[in-house]
Order: sequence, then C-alpha cells, then structure tokens
Amino acid sequence: MSIPNCQTTEDVAAGIRRRVFLHSMRNNGGYLSQACSAAESLALLYNEVLKLGEPTLPKVPLPFAGVPSAHNPDAFTGAGYHGPFAPEYDRFIISPAHYALVIYSALIQMGRMDEHALDHFNRDGGSVEMIGAEHSPGMEVTTGSLAQGLSMGSGIAWARKRKGEPGKVWVYMSDGEFQEGQTWETLAAMSYHNIDNIRVIVDVNRQQCDGAMSSVLDLGDLPARVAAFGATTCSINGHDLEAMRDAANSAEPGKPLVILANTSPFQGMPYLQKRFPRLHYVRFKSKAEREEMQTAIAADLGVDLAEI
Amino acid sequence: MVELVNRPYAKAFETFATARPEVLCLSADLTSSCEVDGFRDRHPDQFLSLGMAEQNMLSFAGGLAMQGFRPFLHTFSVFLYRRAYDQLINSIAYSNRKVRLMGFLPGITTPGGITHQAIEDISVMRAIPNMTILETGDATEVETVLEVADAIDGPVYVRVLRGEVPRLFSTPFEFNKLRTLSEGDDVLVVTSGVCTEEALRAAEPLKARNVGVHHLHVSTLKPFDRDGLIKAARGKKGIVTLENHTIVGGLGSLVAEILAEEGLGVRLKRLGLQDTFAHGASKPYLMKKYGLDASALTNAIGQLLGRDLDIADAEFETARLDAVHSAQKAEAL
Ligand SMILES: Cc1ncc(C[n+]2csc(CCOP(=O)(O)OP(=O)(O)O)c2C)c(N)n1
Ligand SMILES: [Mg+2]
Repeated sequence: MSIPNCQTTEDVAAGIRRRVFLHSMRNNGGYLSQACSAAESLALLYNEVLKLGEPTLPKVPLPFAGVPSAHNPDAFTGAGYHGPFAPEYDRFIISPAHYALVIYSALIQMGRMDEHALDHFNRDGGSVEMIGAEHSPGMEVTTGSLAQGLSMGSGIAWARKRKGEPGKVWVYMSDGEFQEGQTWETLAAMSYHNIDNIRVIVDVNRQQCDGAMSSVLDLGDLPARVAAFGATTCSINGHDLEAMRDAANSAEPGKPLVILANTSPFQGMPYLQKRFPRLHYVRFKSKAEREEMQTAIAADLGVDLAEI
Repeated sequence: MVELVNRPYAKAFETFATARPEVLCLSADLTSSCEVDGFRDRHPDQFLSLGMAEQNMLSFAGGLAMQGFRPFLHTFSVFLYRRAYDQLINSIAYSNRKVRLMGFLPGITTPGGITHQAIEDISVMRAIPNMTILETGDATEVETVLEVADAIDGPVYVRVLRGEVPRLFSTPFEFNKLRTLSEGDDVLVVTSGVCTEEALRAAEPLKARNVGVHHLHVSTLKPFDRDGLIKAARGKKGIVTLENHTIVGGLGSLVAEILAEEGLGVRLKRLGLQDTFAHGASKPYLMKKYGLDASALTNAIGQLLGRDLDIADAEFETARLDAVHSAQKAEAL
C-alpha cells in the first residue's frame, strides 16, 4: 500500500479506541463498546492484512449526493475510502453498519480520512451517517439491515473468482448476525460453491441490543456450528494480534475462512464493565454519570481530560 | 404548548397485557427501543425473546396464534415486513391469524437511513388481503390503540410512536373513523401519524389568511372511513394529503382511489416522499427536505387555491424538537 504508514497495529487499535471515546464523550453517547471489542481486529485488517489502494474519495467527507438512480450521476458509495476497484485489490464489506463510528475512526487513524472527519458524524445532509449507509465512508454496500453483508460479499467473491481476479473479499460481521437465518444460508452456499477467496471476521463480543446474548437468544457452540457448515473456522482471542495473524493466514483451498474473534465489550475500558449488560449504545442519564465515566475511561486509555 | 407524554406505550402495554393472559409480548432484540423492557423485567412469563431473527418471529407468532395466544410483535416497522414478508403472508395473513405487528420508528422518524426507514410499509401492507392497518398520531392514540387492535379478527399492523409523544387528542382511538380536527369550506387536508402535528402547526397562519380548512386525521388506513372522506371532500376547492410515507400506495393513493371512484373531480395534492428513498438525518431536517412539514402543506394549499399565502416559517407554531442524545434518545436505534 502506498500510504506512508509506520504505525504499529497496537497503535492503530489504541487510536481507534481513543477516537471513539473522545467522540462519544463530546457527543454525550455513542457506540463505545464496539470500539473496545473491534479495535484489534479492525486495526489488524487495515494495517496489515487488507490489500487496498489509495482512497479515491477526498479526505474530508463529501455531503450526501442523493440516492442512487438512473437520474443521479452524482451518487457515490463509501468504497472509495478502501481504494479503487481493481483485480489485484481486496474489497472490505462491513456488515454491522452500526459499527460505523469505529470504522470511521479506523479510517482516520490510517490516514484514509481527514483528522477532523468525525465532525461530520450524524450531521444533517452529510454522508458520515450514524448507521453507516452505502454512501458513508468505508461502506461498500447497504448493510444496516443486519446479516446481508455476507451474502453480498459471497456474490462479489464468486464473481471475482469467475473473472480470475486475485483480490480477496473480506467481510466484517457482528455475532448478532448469526441469529438471522440468512447468515446460515450464506454459509451453506459458500461451502457448496467452494468460495475460497472470501475471509470473514466476526466480532464475537456476546453482546446485542438487549444485552448479553445468553439472555436474549444464545448461539451455543458457535465455532462448532460454523465449522459444521463447511467453513474453515478459527476461534481465537480477538485481542491477540498474533493469533489473529495466524488465523488470517489459515485459509484452505475450496473453503471459505471464518475467523471468530472472541472479544470483550469493555476491552481497554474496564470502567465500562459497570454498564454490563447494557453496552450496545452507551449514553448518560446525568452529568455526574458522564463525568465519572469520562474520568475513569480517560485514565484507562491514557487520554488527557483536556482533550475532551 | 402541547403536552408531551413520556413513553406512553410502555405503560399502556403493561396495563393492557397484564389483564389478558393470552396476550404474549414478542421481541426481536429491540426490547427497550420498543419500550417493552420494563414489561419483560416485570412479567417474564408473558415475554418471549426471539433474538434478531424476524422471519422466524413472524412464523413463530403464527403458530402461537393457532394455539389461541395473541402475540404482539415488537420491533422497528421495517423489520416487520421487509425481510419477513413471505412469512407475513403465509404464516399470518392468509389464515387470518390474530397476530399484532407493533412497528416502531415508522417512516423518516428514524435517523437510521434507508435500512431503518419504513417508507413503503403502508403501501405493502395495504396490498395484503385480511390485513388491518392502524397508525397512531399522538399519545392518546398510542395509549388506546392496543384494545382496538386486539378486538380485530385478523392480523393487524400498527405504526407506533415512542419516546416523547405529544398529546393532541382527548378522545380514544376509534376504529375506522376519521377524526375531524377542523371544519372549513375551502380545502380538505387529510393527514396521518406525525404529519397531523405538522398540519396543526399550520392551522393558525391559515386561519389568519381566511383559508377555511377541513382537517381530517386518519388513524385507520385499512379499512378506510370512505363515507367520512367523501362527505368532507364534496364541494372543496382542493384536497391535500400529508403522510410520513411514500406517496405511492399510502394515504395519498387511497384518497385518490376513492375520489376517482366517486367521480368527485376535486383536485388532489399528495405530500409525502415523492417516490424516492430518503437518507439518515434528523426528523425535522428530513421533514423539511422531503416536504412533509407545515410549510409544504401551506404551499400546496396556496397552489390549489391559486393564492400566494406568504407564510414565513416563524409563523408556524414552534416545532417540537426531540433533544438528540437525551434520555428520550431521539437517536437511539
Ligand atoms: C435485520 C435487523 N434486525 C434488527 C436490527 C436492529 N439492531 C441493530 S444492532 C442490533 C444488535 C445485533 O447484535 P450485534 O451486532 O452483535 O450487537 P453489538 O455487539 O454491537 O451490541 C440489532 C438487533 C437491525 N439493524 N437489522
Ligand atoms: Mg455483538
């Protein structure tokens, strides 16, 4: 990749957490726990694994340019932040669109987006939507209705294989998406069609909107279930970079690769444990509550309070 | 200033359901977003957590209904009919089962973008035989819609308002009856859902300009109070419909169908999303951008009357702003 980058993956992960934390404090809430669970896996992907070209969209995010239609030549997708479509490059599909704030933070940390791009977050008329839309930075397809990204990614992967393109398709998923039947339909189809140029990484934080998955609709032995569908399955610690590196390299011919990254929804911000099991969206009921959290997490992350 | 009621659904549902043991509360991982978290915690025996798996939830509910339970399904409007449409038809609608689909954040009341905005739900549901469609427009209707829905012999889809909801009406939800909010001779205005509050904001400036407005609020979209509409439409210089929905297949379309069938020949303007998807942004921004607000309404009335009504935005009663990131969580999904 031609973007000059000398950060370690650990630094990228720390940067992601710090940016999501600062944004959530300044805006009185946010998808904070997803930064805790996903920071390492996203940092590893963007910093080491994904083969992406230079961004084709301006560093400062564009305003929303209208919905796609035959009459709107201006419509764009956020794929441009992952670089041009070319046979040798990977595509990266983000299926849990509510991870958008974490994705934007990763893009900024990687220098793919402007340092102040989060100022556009959730602003009327902007493209940096709260729930990533197709036109939001880093979003390549429409995925906010969960458990559709994997199917799209499979279709793209099958087509790339047919066309002989060496680039891979990476799909990022949340564990909640494994409650939807569509995920299992895709797993079956990927195995049946031997789609082996797709790599899936799942943030298994065992959390969803209603709280802990075990209290909502438990997925039981997820690795065994996924493996039973014919995917090469690696269940690893999603905060252990070395384990993830190995997993990323373990694809087998004729089979899709699914990496189940087992994570903690308060990794790096132990204070958040106090909020368990309500972690999906962190908000504050009072100023005092906010200040307590702010001070505690700033200390956890080594962030200067004055920065907030 | 209009009274705001905090989470009227939460209380109404608990009162309603605890008095009826055959009622079951089903949820698809949006329990607090649909204001039934307190109910879940206090009445776990009447609560079924089905996770983020809406297709299964709909067919599962069909099975429950066969066994004499009356399932009330809770999730965002979009997730009740888009992916789970086939299940809705075959497990619920065809057999006319008493399943109640409680849809939250209808239309562009959510900032979640097109994946979360149910802008064609009424259109889709209207096309389903056996289906009843209700839409709440204020806190009183939210509080009283449950008994109405429960009394219907067949599937019911309800657009529910949540969070801080204005109280506009003092009388309960009445099935298949248009609410008359004002009677004037010049134009007929027909509104539903959150658009009724918008139309009320325009009432004073219109009165000041001697525009006689006959205003009807619709809370039953299918079936429809045909006679009420025809009576009000007769002799008017024009009709405007205003809905939080695409103009294709919803309130505007159904009014057009009735006008045509009756041969009334009154001009009609349909306000709503003009056959476009929207995008993620705040509700006031989207209502203005897509012409779902008070000024869009008065412009349309001016056009029908051939008059420049010249109403400045400041004349409309102040819009109620849901504070973003507050406890009311306007932004919460
Ligand atoms: C099809 C669908 N149903 C429901 C939702 C609402 N929703 C948004 S996030 C979410 C939780 C899903 O679990 P997960 O992504 O694992 O949550 P997290 O770990 O981020 O808390 C739900 C139910 C949705 N976006 N799409
Ligand atoms: Mg999760």
